[in-house]
Amino acid sequence: MTKFTKLSLAALALIGMSATAGTLQDVQKAGFVKCGVDGGLPGFSEVVSGGVYKGIDVDGCRAMAASVLGDASKVKYVNLNSKERFAALQSGEIDILVRNTTWTNTRDAALGFNFVAVNFYDGQGFMVRKKLGVKSALELDGASVCIQTGTTTELNVADYFKANGMKYKSISYDSNDQVLASYESGRCDVLTSDSSQLYGLRTKLKDSASHVVLPEIISKEPLGPVVRQGDDQWFNIARWTFNAMVSAEENGLTSKNVDSMKSSKNPTIRRILGVEGKLGENLGLSKDWAYNIIKQVGNYGEVFERNVGLNTPLKIARGLNAQWKNGGLQYSPPFR
Amino acid sequence: MLALLRNQKVRGILFQILTILSVVAFLWYIGDNTMTNIEQRGIKTGFAFLDGTAGFEIDEAPISFSSSDTYGRVFLVGLLNTLIVTFVGIIFATILGLLVGILRLSKNWLIRKIATAYIDIFRNIPILLQILFWYNVVLNAMPSPKQSLEFVGGIFVNNRGLYIPKPDMNSTTIFVLTSLAIVFVSIYLLNKWANKRQETTGEDFPVIIVGFSALVLVPIVAYFIGGADFNFDYPALRGFNFQGGKTISPEFLALTFALVIYTATFIAEAIRSGIEAVSKGQKEAAASIGLSGYQALKLVVLPQAIRIAIPPVINQYLNLAKNSSLAAAVGYPEIITLFAGITLNQVGQAIEIIAITMLVYLTISLVVSALLNWFNHKMKIKER
Repeated sequence: MTKFTKLSLAALALIGMSATAGTLQDVQKAGFVKCGVDGGLPGFSEVVSGGVYKGIDVDGCRAMAASVLGDASKVKYVNLNSKERFAALQSGEIDILVRNTTWTNTRDAALGFNFVAVNFYDGQGFMVRKKLGVKSALELDGASVCIQTGTTTELNVADYFKANGMKYKSISYDSNDQVLASYESGRCDVLTSDSSQLYGLRTKLKDSASHVVLPEIISKEPLGPVVRQGDDQWFNIARWTFNAMVSAEENGLTSKNVDSMKSSKNPTIRRILGVEGKLGENLGLSKDWAYNIIKQVGNYGEVFERNVGLNTPLKIARGLNAQWKNGGLQYSPPFR
Repeated sequence: MLALLRNQKVRGILFQILTILSVVAFLWYIGDNTMTNIEQRGIKTGFAFLDGTAGFEIDEAPISFSSSDTYGRVFLVGLLNTLIVTFVGIIFATILGLLVGILRLSKNWLIRKIATAYIDIFRNIPILLQILFWYNVVLNAMPSPKQSLEFVGGIFVNNRGLYIPKPDMNSTTIFVLTSLAIVFVSIYLLNKWANKRQETTGEDFPVIIVGFSALVLVPIVAYFIGGADFNFDYPALRGFNFQGGKTISPEFLALTFALVIYTATFIAEAIRSGIEAVSKGQKEAAASIGLSGYQALKLVVLPQAIRIAIPPVINQYLNLAKNSSLAAAVGYPEIITLFAGITLNQVGQAIEIIAITMLVYLTISLVVSALLNWFNHKMKIKER
């Protein structure tokens, strides 16, 4: 055999090996969760000083690590732009995608994904300069609109302007930074994105007080974590990890009181914390999986207020993201 | 059997067959693995998505486009925009490159140094940075639509683009356009005739002066014959933006400008090396038979220099076509932005879309290089 043939046979043998074990086993073996995030979006996933990741999506990743591995810090973050994210999940480069991704029919059905839950109910909005004097999105006929490409955003703008008999000029950019730079330089009158992002982007503008987010919300944007289709165990773990945070808030469990609540008489709380019942084992996890989430990451309300709530630069009210008992949409199926 | 293997020729063929087989097996394995994985993960395949409704608007479409058109048409719009940038870029890069290449060899110290400095600076900065730089310069240096710079003839410039009046298609316009076409064809024929005359009789004919005068005078005459009735659609500020006329977007301007500035440096160097490769004796011989500096350049040096410069210039044309894919950074709607960007994200069929896009660039490159190879062949010294 020549050296070349030897080499090519060796290469063939290498590629022949493929990992087919479940995601849970892979993660447990690796010792960390590979989590796809945006990495540059204030409030959702952002690298702050010291290289630490922060945000509501980041806490989703940390909750997964806490429930599967018992340690919220065992996460390996992968920054993905909106184009890369789906290929990264499809190919197995990441275990779960928590990157402000809108749940749509096509993504759920045709791309081979399962949407786990909705960690943020969002909707698309418009931001304009105050000095334009525009009070409503219906006054935007003929405007130039800056869009970040590769999202449902383009489609929503087209539908909204068409439905209201208005015209617009669109400029789509690849990166959030260029969208913002172009809007700031006056290339376009309007910047459109999910309204949560608009509030985040506004904090990056030089004179953020002279820009206003218009009241119209033109679309439904349920954002949530995504996993690959075909691994039901991993899908269940992801879904119940999120449910645990929502249920914790509903039942008054916080990262501060969770230790003392272990001795609670309330059967629901006892089941959540694994004091009784076999909920963790059913998922293939340890008894204290939910305890770890609540202790290390917090309940849904804590996560929300810490990252995007009224005391953060984003100043977003709970709104649709309140508990169902308070008129919101966050509702966890029962823990029993 | 063993004797056969000892035969060097047979052994050579055998190993070649083995190599080909292993390459084919390798490719087949990758392809098969991909298909199996796609099937397992429930991802859709095939090209049916091209008939799906796009649902988004494209601002800068050379053919009519609305959100109810298909992804197939999105592809077409992206392809046309890529071709437009490539075509315009190649023309201006050639003109600028030729000029700078000649200036770089000028006897004037200042001109020579300016040309050298330009080449050294722009050739050594990555093209993506240049595109972003020019784009953000254009956006920030230009005024907003309400404070647009106005030029004679109803031309406006602001940070939304360059607005020029567009003539209506009436009889005058058609007359002028036809006359222009006729002038261009005539100049081409005249040039051919003049070359032939010079070869046979040695007499020079002032093609440039005659051609330029015709280019100015004939359309003016045609304008009056056609009824002297130009009807322009003038751009005007209505609401947020200028409406009417023809718009050239800042994205297109910045992208084309950056590509031209960058590629011209390489073309200039190719031209310079071509000129320097022509032996000194040729110039001296030209001078000794009484040709002026310009005549020597046009008749003796350039024809020989161009032969040497063509192959490297072909490479630069191909680079320009491929570099146009960086448009995505500034949002110019060419094939990468529209098809490998927006469409890919909406449809999610990465393999098909990237394959189509790669095929497009491959085709463009092969066509350009085939055309120029033909030109190169034609320009070769004909050995008699």
